[in-house]
This record gives sequence, structure tokens and C-alpha cells, in this order.
Amino acid sequence: MEFFGLDCRFERLDAPVPIFGARVHAAQWSALALAVAEAKGRLVSLWGSDERAAGDGFAVSAAYATADGLLWAKLGLDAAEPAYPDISRFFPAAIRMQRAARDLVGIEAEDEGEGGGDTRPWLRHGAWPADYFPLRIGNTGQERFEAQADAYPFVPVEGDGVHEIAVGPVHAGTIEPGHFRFSVVGEKVLRLEERLGYKHKGIERRFMGMDVDEGARLAGRVSGDSTVAYAWAYAMAAESLAGAKVPERAAWLRALLLERERVANHLGDLGALGNDAAFGFALAQFSRLREDWLRLNHECFGHRLMMDCVRPGGMARDIDAEACAKLRSQVTAIADEVAELKDIYDEHAGLQDRLVTTGRVTPELAVRLGLTGLAGRASGQTADLRADFPWPPYDGLAVTACSHRNGDVAARVAVRFGECFASLRMIDALLAGLPGGAVHEPMLVTRDGVGAGWIEGWRGEVFVALETDARGRIVRCHCHDPSWQNWPVLEHAIIGNIVPDFPLINKSFNLSYSGQDL
Amino acid sequence: MWHILKYVARRGRVTEPAPEPLEGARRPAHLIHHEILAILGRALAIRHVDAGSCNGCELEINALNNPYYNIEGLGIRFVASPRHADLLLVTGPVSRHMEVALRRTYDATPAPKLVVAVGDCGCNGGIFGESYASCGGVANVIPVDVTVPGCPPPPAELLAGILAAVQARPPSGEGMAAQEDFAPGFN
Ligand code: SF4
Repeated sequence: MEFFGLDCRFERLDAPVPIFGARVHAAQWSALALAVAEAKGRLVSLWGSDERAAGDGFAVSAAYATADGLLWAKLGLDAAEPAYPDISRFFPAAIRMQRAARDLVGIEAEDEGEGGGDTRPWLRHGAWPADYFPLRIGNTGQERFEAQADAYPFVPVEGDGVHEIAVGPVHAGTIEPGHFRFSVVGEKVLRLEERLGYKHKGIERRFMGMDVDEGARLAGRVSGDSTVAYAWAYAMAAESLAGAKVPERAAWLRALLLERERVANHLGDLGALGNDAAFGFALAQFSRLREDWLRLNHECFGHRLMMDCVRPGGMARDIDAEACAKLRSQVTAIADEVAELKDIYDEHAGLQDRLVTTGRVTPELAVRLGLTGLAGRASGQTADLRADFPWPPYDGLAVTACSHRNGDVAARVAVRFGECFASLRMIDALLAGLPGGAVHEPMLVTRDGVGAGWIEGWRGEVFVALETDARGRIVRCHCHDPSWQNWPVLEHAIIGNIVPDFPLINKSFNLSYSGQDL
Repeated sequence: MWHILKYVARRGRVTEPAPEPLEGARRPAHLIHHEILAILGRALAIRHVDAGSCNGCELEINALNNPYYNIEGLGIRFVASPRHADLLLVTGPVSRHMEVALRRTYDATPAPKLVVAVGDCGCNGGIFGESYASCGGVANVIPVDVTVPGCPPPPAELLAGILAAVQARPPSGEGMAAQEDFAPGFN
């Protein structure tokens, strides 16, 4: 298929959502970025790979979300001087991804404009030297280096009475590590700069050489709170690579798990958000509901977070009629409780006072910066893969995106409530109509194969690109978390707010550190 | 307000007895509370450090604060600074980028200090192992008293691991006397 009148043929991958792949040359690479930006498409992900083992040079890939589906364009790069045209002028979210691709593979984004692009390392701190690229095939990933000096140049803010507050990487609560540099006047934040990458633990290098089944476990641990979304995206990638179809019952069970994961996270966040606004009652009640929810996960699926339940080819286990009945009755009970708690939230003037207008991202800013997923929907965006490209079983569930225009913490709370009710309804429908049959179908992995998976996780779209070598082992697996897009927007959401509101604003986005640090 | 009180009254208390240290049996809260006081002479203050986890372990540590486990009722609380902590609860394989931060946190914790390494990753690096970017298990970076395996370990097991670490420590009298830096103004 051709898109945007570009002279290159995209092939549709064998996936239940529309995903198309093509190799492009440099002019097409830039033309495609421009065309997608003009058509109001989104950059989903950008990553590099070393293809010298297959006789090529390096490569850079970009995945775009368009009205027709996902387009994966791959551009081959020179083996000696791997460089490609910078696309961050079309998509600001590309900046950090391009920096990461340089740190991991050693490919450079070339700025064709004025210059002055951000060339600071992103994932590389002091743990390895600037001329070591962990994903290059000559390296095993087992190299050890002495820690290097690590002086990261933050952007300074000058002016009368401006001072800096440095926070992290170790934070005060039970959250993941990262560094935040606030420039403030009095209590008011003028600028926030994030520095992440502290949790980089070499996941993408770890995938290389694994067999496809083994990779599923690792994919499920890119970001523990989204384990089902990753496991499904990975399984979809593996199945599209193998040309395998999953049994209908397995697809339904996957959706059941994905929606349960969404509800679990929303329950946790709604409690934590209340707590961050000094409403401890909310934390106590929502965390109680979340615990009930996780305990039933354990009973029915063998794991509280449902890790390793989705596997390539289907599901690792089935549920029986008794479990179905328990799951259904829990849905009704939780829906009643959440409805009552929502009333309490709505009636509570003190709470609303903290949430309304706090940490606002306008719809215009959201579009410009590419805000995605749940946070995007709270800022007027309507993208939701389950509604836009409903694949089985979502095609029978009539999903509509929950959207809100205010873009403040209150809107992100409202979207969570809305999605919680929608997911509970879907869970009930899935359990009521659960088809019979097997839940797993063995599949044969294709050698030199290419596959991709694209799933709407609770936080936003999770994308996995998977390639195998001549032996059928993983040669490259790239996992993308929506946090890549949303972290930079958080820097804008805090501007003009007061420092003590940062935890609340941060929680309302609830982004993954592990998912972006890899 | 009325609505909130009604809601609370209808739900009642859900707190369950705490687990036996590293085993399955349940023990009433007052015994554990008493023991923590006998051993430590005060409530147990825990500082959590995420040294590179996938964030699954954090979800279960957070769950410890829910009303079922009610750890504050046992005299256990999470604190915001290592300088206030008796015990470090460390998750994840230790990423190379967190190695220094973890060491510094450990150094900033006043002795006598306990370290509980959480999850398969905290025990031995788990699925991420050791590499250019990962130091592997927590014990490769700082001394560890108790490890709690699991991926992630459920809250009851985390609690059992924490209690086991406390019990392994000498009663507060002897422990404290030997501690020079148990004086105002340490560190
Ligand atoms: S032990 Fe499991 S849940 Fe915990 S950090 Fe490691 S992979 Fe994640």
C-alpha cells in the first residue's frame, strides 16, 4: 500500500491491528515525517538497530500512528558513518528517543536546520564510555567499565531571586528514581528539567539472542504496572512474525486481563491522588478495593499482577466457570463502590479545590507535544486504539474513548473514573460472552522474520517491534512506553504551579521510569 | 462529611493478623508491635530504595500500606530520609546508574542498620542479570541481611521478610550501647 502519495510500498503485517512496514530512503524518511505531521498523525516510537550481521549497515526506524493504522518506516544507514535526518522539528517527542538511539546504537540524528539540537546523552550516564554502544553486534553487553565522571549540563535559568531545587534520583516516597531540577521563584516553578535513565538496566541488549518464547517473560517486565499490555504487544509481535492466529478464547481472555490491569491501576491512582491532596480516606478505601482486586487476580490467574499469563500463541492458563462467576460478581461489587466514591470526590470541595486548574495541559499544547494515552485524553485528545482500530474482541464491545478538555489534574481524575466504569462494563461483557475452545496454539517462529504489536495499555499505547535472525532467535526487540511522549509534557504542566503541587501533578500523569529507561 | 462517615462505618475494619516471620502462620498485631519495641526500643522506620526495578515490586510495597496489612498498626512506617531509617528496603537489580546513589543512601543510614533485598531481582539480578548496565543483586553493592524472593513478592511475604530482619537483630539494649553514633548530631 502507498501512503501520503509517497513512492514506497508498505506491506501489511499479519497483525489484528493495521500495521504496515516499509524500507525507505533518506528523502522518503523526511517526507513521511512531514506528511504524517501535516495529517495530524503521531510519532509512536523511534529506535536504532545494528544490521551489519545481515550484511547491511545500521538502521533507524520510526513508527507513526495515522488514520489508517501504524506505519513503521525503516531507513538503512551507512556502516561507517551512520546518520539520519532529524525528525524532532516535526515531532518534539523525537528528541529524547534520538538521544537514546545514539547512546545505545551510535547513530546520529543530523539536524538540517539551524543546528543546536540537543546532543546531550540521555540513557548513558557515567556507567559506560561515550564510544561504547551496547546494541552493536561486536559487543556482548557483558562488558564492564569503571564509572566515568558524570557532569550533566542542566539548562540554567537566571534572574532575580531564581533558585534551583534538585530532587532525586532517590525520592522520598515509594516511587521510582529519577532526577528533577526545578528553577523557582518563591514557591512558583519557572522551569522543570527532568533527567531520567537511572533505571537503565540493559533490557534491549538482554533480548538479543533470546528465543521468542523466553522474550515474553522479559517483555512482561519492562514496566511491571503494564505487564499485561507489554505481554500482549509482545505476543502480537511474535504472532504477526510467525503468521499465527490465536484461538478466539485466548483473545477474549487477553482483553479481560488488559481491562483488569487498567482497573487495578486506576484504583491505585485514584487513591494515591486523593492522598496527595491530603484526603487520606481515599487512599484507605481505594487501596482496599485494589487489594480485593489483586487477590482475585491471584486466585483466578495465579499472579496478583497477572505476569506471564499472556504468552505467544495464546494464554498460559485458562479459567473455569467458578472463576468466571467470582470475577463477575466482583465487577458488580466494585462498580457500586467506585460509583459511591466518585460521588464523595465530586462533593468534596476541599479536594476539588486542589485538583481543578492544577497542572494544566491545554489541548493545543497536547497536540503540539504529542501527549498520548490517558493524559492525552484528559487534554482533549481522543486516540484510543481500542476505539480507533478495534481488534477482536474489542470489535464487539463498542468502545468509545473517555475524553475531557480541561487538561488539569481534575480532568485526569475524571478520565480515570470514566475508564474504570467502562472497563468494568467490558469485563462483564467479556465474561458473559466468553467463547469456548483452546487457549493456546503452538506456533512456529519464522527465521529472519519481522513482527510488531500495538496495544492500548492503561497508560497509553505500548508498541513492540520484533525481528528474528537466521536461526529464529531475537536479533532486535524494541519496546516502547507511552511515558516517552508524556514525560516532556510534564515539564510544561508544572510551569506556574507551586512546588508542593508537584507530587500531585506528577501522580496524575503517573508515568513509568522503568518503561522509558529500559 | 456525612457521606464519608457513612461509607467508613459500612465498610468497617478489614485489617488481618500479620504473618509469622518468613512463614505462613498469622500473628496478632499487638505481639509483633511488642516485639518491635523490645528489639528496637521504638517503631521501625523503613526507607525504600528503588535501585532499578521494573516497578512491580513497588506496587506490592505500596500495597503494604493498605488497610488489610495495616503496617502502621504494627509499629512500622515508611520514612522519607535514610537518616531516619532503621531498615532499607531495596528493590531491583541495582542498575549501574543507581549504584552510587544506593551506596550513598546506605552510608547516610545510621548504624545499626538493616537491609532487606526485595524480589528475585534484588536477590540475584533476576531476569535482568548482570551486564554493562546492571550490577545484579543488591548484595553486590551493599551488605544484605535478608532477601525476599518472588517476582514480585506479595505483601505478606514482604512483611514476613521485614519481621525476620528485625528479629535477627540483637535486642536494643546491647545493640544501642555499642553504637557510638546513636548520639544526637551523627552524620
Ligand atoms: S523481582 Fe520481578 S517484579 Fe520485582 S523488579 Fe524484578 S522483575 Fe520486577
